[in-house]
Amino acid sequence: MNDHHLILRVITRMLTGPILLFGLYVQFHGDYGPGGGFQAGVIFAVGFILYGIVFSLRDLRRLIPDWIIHKLVALGVLLYAGTGIVSMLLGANFLDYNPLAGTPIGGQHLGILLVEAGVGITVFAVMLAIYYAFAGRPPSLNDEDW
Amino acid sequence: MEGGFETGFLLGHMNYWLFVILMMTGFYIVVARGNLLKKIVGLNIFQAAVFMLYISVGKISGATAPIITGNPDEVYSNPLPHVLILTAIVVGIATTALGLALIVRINESYGTIEEDEIQQHDLEQYDKDCARAEEAR
Amino acid sequence: MEIAFTILLFIALVATAIAIVFIKRLFAVVMLSGVFSLLAALLFIVMDAVDVAFTEAAVGGGISSVLMLGTIALTARTQKQPERYSLVPLAIVLLTGAVLIYGTLDMPNFGSPDAPAQRHIGPEYIARTPTDIDVPNIVTAVLASYRGYDTLGEVVVVFTAGLGVILLLSGLGRRRGTPYPRGVSANRDQDNAQ
Repeated sequence: MNDHHLILRVITRMLTGPILLFGLYVQFHGDYGPGGGFQAGVIFAVGFILYGIVFSLRDLRRLIPDWIIHKLVALGVLLYAGTGIVSMLLGANFLDYNPLAGTPIGGQHLGILLVEAGVGITVFAVMLAIYYAFAGRPPSLNDEDW
Repeated sequence: MEGGFETGFLLGHMNYWLFVILMMTGFYIVVARGNLLKKIVGLNIFQAAVFMLYISVGKISGATAPIITGNPDEVYSNPLPHVLILTAIVVGIATTALGLALIVRINESYGTIEEDEIQQHDLEQYDKDCARAEEAR
Repeated sequence: MEIAFTILLFIALVATAIAIVFIKRLFAVVMLSGVFSLLAALLFIVMDAVDVAFTEAAVGGGISSVLMLGTIALTARTQKQPERYSLVPLAIVLLTGAVLIYGTLDMPNFGSPDAPAQRHIGPEYIARTPTDIDVPNIVTAVLASYRGYDTLGEVVVVFTAGLGVILLLSGLGRRRGTPYPRGVSANRDQDNAQ
């Protein structure tokens, strides 16, 4: 298994890091340019999926086991809704970020950061969970049949 | 004068008609092709055409992308359709994945992903059940 | 210039869609649907929707192709030749298309600045974002703050779809000792065991 697709393996090793870095950039630069949690989650997941396709699902599962993914799926939604609940506890409306920090604008910035992080985590984990689910089944086609 | 109006009308509406053509191509794949995976691809094309329609409603000629540049005279396109469609795309892929998962399960219990073969299989199963019920009586 | 580019993109999009109608090899169909998504992303850029283009390129060109290839690997790789071609679907599609085109005749011109959609709430978001929220990307401000409630709903939809796929395919819903359905070999637990 380790002796073919040499070029793919080398290129994947080179690309995985920059893809993950780009995902983080898109996540945190979403306020200033195109980007945000939805795109960043997908890009981050693509980095791992590329690794899983070229190497093996087993290696990827050792890196991020299923139970972590399943927890992350819920964590993102909880982070999002939790931000709303915290702003409610601080006396504002649900998902009104103004009281989260000292100034209303600071609160908005913090709220958007948290909410986008929640979106990113959920989208990333769902995409990876879906990939695990599909790739974990035994294929009905051999590699030669493609 | 009349001719100028016609040209403006044609150019201003041509994009809608092209979206309709794309939409109908996707619709045709869904209706006329029996392969379930191809139906999903057709639905995706249909969906993408609807997205384009929404985005084109928000476009203002001469405007720029809705990212504040600091120039007070800048005209921006309407950001609202962008927000709606951005989330719709990600929801679309999540529901597509659900559809694909259903296809995989259908293939496991029927051994095929062609619509007519699945119906054939169901009919045969129904006939068998009827015959068995007849015998039991 | 912009119009010429748009029309060129449209020709490519329609050609891709029509090719998808006729091609029987599902591998080629999936690749063409990825091409379709990338062309759609270019069109979104022409229409100023950079965030949407970004999402479409990442989702349509990336994840969606991977998932469809995964499905092909688990099912079949060619579409069956239809036994006979029927004109009924074509008639339905043409009729629906004609009705839709009739509906567009009342739409405002493409890019018109005084269309009803441009009058109401969009300009308000653009005007208020610098003072209320102070982030340059208005789409992010609307997505995460003004319409945060909508976005929460969308995230829950993604969450639910993910749960559905996990339950359908990962075997978490299967009790131990239940026999596998027909067509599944027993060795899949090698990967699923953990």
